[in-house]
Amino acid sequence: MVRFENVGLRYGMGPETLQDITFTIEPQSFQFLTGPSGAGKTSLLRLMMMALAPTRGFITLFGRETSSLTKDEISAMRRRIGVVFQEFRLLDHLTTYENIALPLLVQGREEATYRAEVMELLQWVGLGDHAHSFPAVMSGGEKQRAAIARALIVQPDLLLADEPTGNVDPALARRLLRLFVELNKSGTSIVIATHDLGLMDQFESAKRLVLADSHLYIYD
Amino acid sequence: MTEGVDTHTPRVASTEAEPAGGLFQRLAGWMFPGRNLIPAESIAGRALVTVIAIMTFLAALTAGSAVLIYGASQEWSSLVAREMTIQIKPALGRDLEKDTKLAVDIARAHPGIAEVSAYSEKQSAQLLEPWLGPDLDLKELPVPRLVVIKQGEGETPDLAALRQKLAKAVPNAILDNHRLWVERLTTMARALFVAALVVLLLVLVSMVLAVSFATRGAMAGNREIIDVLHFVGAEDRYIAREFQRHFLILGLQGGLAGGLAAVFAFAIVGQLLSAWVASPGGEQVASLFGTFSLGWGGYLAIAVISLAMAILTALASRMAVARRLSGLM
Repeated sequence: MVRFENVGLRYGMGPETLQDITFTIEPQSFQFLTGPSGAGKTSLLRLMMMALAPTRGFITLFGRETSSLTKDEISAMRRRIGVVFQEFRLLDHLTTYENIALPLLVQGREEATYRAEVMELLQWVGLGDHAHSFPAVMSGGEKQRAAIARALIVQPDLLLADEPTGNVDPALARRLLRLFVELNKSGTSIVIATHDLGLMDQFESAKRLVLADSHLYIYD
Repeated sequence: MTEGVDTHTPRVASTEAEPAGGLFQRLAGWMFPGRNLIPAESIAGRALVTVIAIMTFLAALTAGSAVLIYGASQEWSSLVAREMTIQIKPALGRDLEKDTKLAVDIARAHPGIAEVSAYSEKQSAQLLEPWLGPDLDLKELPVPRLVVIKQGEGETPDLAALRQKLAKAVPNAILDNHRLWVERLTTMARALFVAALVVLLLVLVSMVLAVSFATRGAMAGNREIIDVLHFVGAEDRYIAREFQRHFLILGLQGGLAGGLAAVFAFAIVGQLLSAWVASPGGEQVASLFGTFSLGWGGYLAIAVISLAMAILTALASRMAVARRLSGLM
């Protein structure tokens, strides 16, 4: 599903943030991406979501080498990827409902075809009463859940989550992890970037990708 | 918790929360269906509406003036082109009255001439009254007499032959077919038309540049929205369409305001002129521009320009967005 071969990433003329990264993410797999702050977890996720191009090496996504993709093909691939950002990145002028429905809206779907779906997911993440709330009046945890719901609404083939439980209490973190596990069972590959050891310990069978000193170490 | 599913009416694609400018939003929504993802209200948006309104006003004034001048010049040309004058100068040993009558007879007998009328002594005195004052006795002055000739509709009289006949019978007569005036009027009308076109072009270029800058500003201000739209799989043309819709709304507001302002300006000037027309200065302006009425052609030109400005705003923003997006991942 995702294949990195000797990938290197450098910002400007600085040193390589990521060096010789080689790994594969299999379909329906579950992995944690961890490492100390500043190790490059977010950069690696941004490479996977095609927000950055590697300085060297090859990245293959869904069987296609990413450097040869047109912009429209990148858009089509992104529709198969759900992303949860560390800083949520909800649109402040849209309600929670509208934010969550956004991926379906840009696909050109009629609202009548997804209204029930979105409302069900809102209930599932505990935001049923916040459908009409704007992000500005929501707590960090509520925004986090809205961001997760937005990533899940398209039932993606690949879910990339950057510190998805960073702003929620342990009980909700466990509930969100269960949500990710359920999603994984239904066929989605999951990559969760976190340095929350407690979270990782709750799902010990997951693969661990550890970034340290610009290199990636894999522990099955 | 499940009650929420039924009790909440989602706002997406609904019109319940439309702001006051809903008419433009509906119009833009009809042209580009979908949800408005770019925040509608901003200071930059209001400033741009003002710029578009001013540009539309200037463009509409230019076009309206061009229509007015073109109409007036056509009227002068057709009047002047059909009319000719025989000027009979006083000469020693010749009877001016007799020469005038002879010239009238020659002109009347000439084929292609529909109407011939000589200015009487009294009429000539009236013509000169504004300059020489009332109670003028022309007998004391060597003032030429005028014979006005109108050619028949669709007729082209042989003026060379008429000149020859006049030269033989009345050597002190000069036939003036006003060709010089017609040429001057045509040249002036063309010059005014070209000038109006240049002004219109400059206004359009300025507006495209203003909209491009405003679009870039809006894109910089909405970079977060663009990034999020990209990450959820929106194609560049989808994002460009969102910006186009946003700017079309601004363009429609500005275009309507500028167009209406231009219509009011013409109406006010027309009213002032009709009040002023009784004075000698007013009469002269009225003889140049008629009643200063734009007519349907002028109002149509202003409406077309207002709409064109809105569409141009949307297209300029779309092009600016497309250029910027092509450089983003």
